[in-house]
Amino acid sequence: MSDAVLATIDRTPEPGMGVFNKKLGMWVFLLSEVMFFTSLIGSYIILRYAHPDHFAAPGELLNVNLTAANTFLLICSSVSMVKAFAAIQQGDLKGLQRWLLVTILMGTAFVSVQAYEYIMLSHEGFLPGLADYTAHAGGPLYGATFYVMTGFHGAHVSLGVLALIFVYIRALRGEYTVADHEGVEVIGLYWHFVDLVWIILFTIVYLI
Amino acid sequence: MNLSWIMPESVSTFGPALDNLYYVILVITGIVFVVTEVVLVYFMIKYRHKEGRKATYIEGSSKAEWIWTSATAVIVMALAIYSKGIWDEIRHPDMFPENAYELNVTAKQYEWNAAYAGPDGQLGTSDDIMSRNQVHVPVDQPVIVNLQSEDVIHSFFLPQLRVKHDVVPGRVWPIWFEATQTGEFPLACAELCGLGHYRMGGTLIVHSKEDFDSWLSEMQIEAEDDE
Amino acid sequence: MSSAIPVGDSHSEDHHDLGFIRTYIFSTDHKMIAKQFLVTSLLFLALGGMLAAMIRWQLGFPGQPLPFNLGAILPDTMAPGGIILPEFYNSLVTMHATFMVFFALMPLMAGVFGNLLIPLQIGADDMAFPRINMLSFWITPVAGAIMLASFFVEGGAAGAGWTSYAPLSTSGEWTGVYLGQILWLVSLIVLGFSSITGALNYVTTVIAMRAPGMTWFRIPLATWSLFVTAWLLLLAIPILTGGLILLLLDQTIGTAFFRPEGSGEPLMWQHIFWFFGHPEVYILILPAMGFVSEVIANRSRKPVFGYHSMVVAIVAIAFLGWVVWGHHMFQSGMNPFLGMSFMATTVVIAVPSAIKTFNWIGTLWKGDIHFDTPLLHAVSFVALFVIGGLSGIFLASAPVDIYLHDTYFIVAHLHYVLVGGSLFGIFAGITFWYPKMFGRMMNETLGKLHWGVSFIAYNLAFFPMHNLGVQGMMRRIYDPNQYEFLQSLQSTNTFISKSVFVFVSVQVLFAINFFWSMRKGKKAGDNPWDSNGLEWACPSPPPHGNFAEIPIVHRGPYEYSYPGREQDFWPQNEAPVESFGASTKPEHKPGE
Ligand code: HEM
Ligand SMILES: [Cu+2]
Ligand SMILES: [Cu+2]
Repeated sequence: MSDAVLATIDRTPEPGMGVFNKKLGMWVFLLSEVMFFTSLIGSYIILRYAHPDHFAAPGELLNVNLTAANTFLLICSSVSMVKAFAAIQQGDLKGLQRWLLVTILMGTAFVSVQAYEYIMLSHEGFLPGLADYTAHAGGPLYGATFYVMTGFHGAHVSLGVLALIFVYIRALRGEYTVADHEGVEVIGLYWHFVDLVWIILFTIVYLI
Repeated sequence: MNLSWIMPESVSTFGPALDNLYYVILVITGIVFVVTEVVLVYFMIKYRHKEGRKATYIEGSSKAEWIWTSATAVIVMALAIYSKGIWDEIRHPDMFPENAYELNVTAKQYEWNAAYAGPDGQLGTSDDIMSRNQVHVPVDQPVIVNLQSEDVIHSFFLPQLRVKHDVVPGRVWPIWFEATQTGEFPLACAELCGLGHYRMGGTLIVHSKEDFDSWLSEMQIEAEDDE
Repeated sequence: MSSAIPVGDSHSEDHHDLGFIRTYIFSTDHKMIAKQFLVTSLLFLALGGMLAAMIRWQLGFPGQPLPFNLGAILPDTMAPGGIILPEFYNSLVTMHATFMVFFALMPLMAGVFGNLLIPLQIGADDMAFPRINMLSFWITPVAGAIMLASFFVEGGAAGAGWTSYAPLSTSGEWTGVYLGQILWLVSLIVLGFSSITGALNYVTTVIAMRAPGMTWFRIPLATWSLFVTAWLLLLAIPILTGGLILLLLDQTIGTAFFRPEGSGEPLMWQHIFWFFGHPEVYILILPAMGFVSEVIANRSRKPVFGYHSMVVAIVAIAFLGWVVWGHHMFQSGMNPFLGMSFMATTVVIAVPSAIKTFNWIGTLWKGDIHFDTPLLHAVSFVALFVIGGLSGIFLASAPVDIYLHDTYFIVAHLHYVLVGGSLFGIFAGITFWYPKMFGRMMNETLGKLHWGVSFIAYNLAFFPMHNLGVQGMMRRIYDPNQYEFLQSLQSTNTFISKSVFVFVSVQVLFAINFFWSMRKGKKAGDNPWDSNGLEWACPSPPPHGNFAEIPIVHRGPYEYSYPGREQDFWPQNEAPVESFGASTKPEHKPGE
């Protein structure tokens, strides 16, 4: 048996415990998430294409400026996540802690703005259910698709914030080092993914 | 016990073509079925374990693989092309007959309501003639049925005319057929539509042309009497 | 260099130290999780069988009170005086399929064998994420409990079919089932997490944790098919989950995704469902195809005929499976041109299925066939899958499908692939790997008896369903005698029902064999079938951590009856002898 064979096999000496697996696992999981959002976004596209009359023009009902600002916030949080990861790669634990906190705060702010938006919209009678569908421009499909897509995205952000808090606590305890910081990398992947989904949603729900 | 592979008699113009396709598939799959099963059983017997005999080390044969892969591909593609011709005849929008007699059938849990143009010659007006769970059509004349549902999905199934089409609420679904025989033929619902699905049956009544006209005028008189 | 790497010490702890709870209940050991899945899903299989028997009672003996005084047990909302009500019949049909598809076959395939075989066959000590794996199991009984509970709520269990077509399923207004339908949706949403977490593990494990030398084309076909199945699960289940969520919102908060009264699109549900649904049917059969390949090669002591084309066929099926879903909707009002595209893709997918079938037969050719129970089940799989595949051709032809759609022909087709195929494949798998799981052999006499009666009763029950379909009998109808043209089919229906009762009852033999052999079966030894796979290179049952040393793989998994060798098998991890082997047949190069 040759070393050549061994060398071609990508595995850690301690099977199943390596950083490689977790990262791979996250990638694989995100593919699954892609399919989940595909089903929601696909339904939206089909319904909007079939019933354009149900959907108000961009900006007519939704506050595009507010959400644009919110989008910017989320993009910034992706940048701060990158900063956090870069910090721990340099062994800068303080930097990691700082940037994680910034990311958490921006994530929380994003969800809060979204909640505020929901409240404002519901006051205007824009709801997901059937009951109100004569109340304003557009039909019931508008509210339903809007709340489902943004809502499930918001839930993903919220879960991400919780996970970040978990990572943050571990960072405060000094559990990440230059050599060992998979947790930061894996949550980072997730965070960027959620950000990416939002950019797509913002474009198709608010802008076109 | 009924173990027949023969379809019930068909009484629509496209019925025989559809049936032929079915029988062609039946024969082809029948042959493949018999050959594979016989070979399987033969191998099982011939190559059963015997003391002292060893299996022959064979990893495969790309020649054999090519043969059965391409043979299968050719057969199924041919069937698909054959099928397309018949499908187009039945479903292609351009193939819908021009001189067709038109009527509406509206499904709801658990009945079929047919509507025919009344004295004004227009469908969908107040003088329409209605019949419940009976669909009356003339023989030897194409018929277009506009299917509609008031509640859930039903499926308009005329076994002997080789007609089946789901009736999805929210839209009108035109289908056509032409009966070649007079008589009464079953109408069934083929899509689970609730607890009464199993009894959502009816009858297709194919009249001769004259009978059909006189049935229509009879119904008109009845309707006028009711008013 | 030595031929083994010491296992890291994280796993050197003995599992006896873990205590009862962590060993048997909240275990993270993939083999224990496999066993947990096995027992749970066999229970659901039994439940599904009982529901089927009730369906068949109604069809075989319409309007007669259920036997064994079942009427006294069942409440009046289901079967007053023992006579099944139409609404209960619809629940039975729905729940039978739901339990069989989601709670019996899927966990049996992925849950049991994915867990048992993947780490063992690739030479890993466990799954990549053992705790997520444990979670994957524990979600199943929770989802099952929710599903079961729906029988007992007001309005009864869901009755809109396992396909749950909207708008029938969107409101209790149409079915009288309110909470039951909601529980159905919630249960399947929850269950989805089990599939996804499981799949996540299988995919990662196969990619990252193969033993040295285990190149892609040395992976046994069981693991190959489980790996591909895991991808299908991973990508298809979230689609279903998305659809179920939308349907749940329609049910509960009054959205109108699928409800025409709010301009929703009922057909969109069908597209979502079948976009998931067709990959799903392959989830339900690919693993069985893998087990059957292993068993046939092993028991006929021959390499799998065309190993590479088998792998290619599995992968091809998995890709094509995404573009054929419309064949379930030929008569749904879908655009007729679209229908033709789906017909084209559907006939193409018949090709890899045919390739696999011929390869199995080719494997038997010139073999040295040992008629053990696993082989009998595996060959039955081939014989019956042929029938299911061929009946698929009828349905793939859109015009013929006009007549056959939603008739008993569909019921025959799906049971030939899912019972004749998947279930017999599972029996082949269980009987073959039982010794590895429990360290003892199953009883051969009981096993053969169970197989023989099952095989005959199965065919007597399901083959005539083709004929019913050809005579025009619709599926999912409570009482065919309502239709005059179906009345002459009653004797066939009665015959089918009796055969089903035999088929269902004879499964008791399997249950007896299963539990009896656990304690009383002959001791198995490490490698009772003289097999090549790595799973047979560790003790039966394997200890925590599986392999004393990480095995090193030198060859493919099917080197049976290799010319010039004394033994008719050649384990994957057996070190080559210098003078021999290399000269007659070069080793597969890594990474090929
Ligand atoms: C040769 C390959 C196959 C072809 C061409 C084929 C074709 C079809 C078609 C066209 C239908 C829809 C019929 C209708 O509803 O009118 C169908 C239904 C079905 N097929 Fe297949 N099939 C094949 C193999 C399989 C396999 C391998 C499985 C499962 C393991 C499977 C499981 C099913 C099931 C469960 C249904 C019925 C679903 C339902 O309506 O409840 N089929 N098949
Ligand atoms: Cu119906
Ligand atoms: Cu399919």
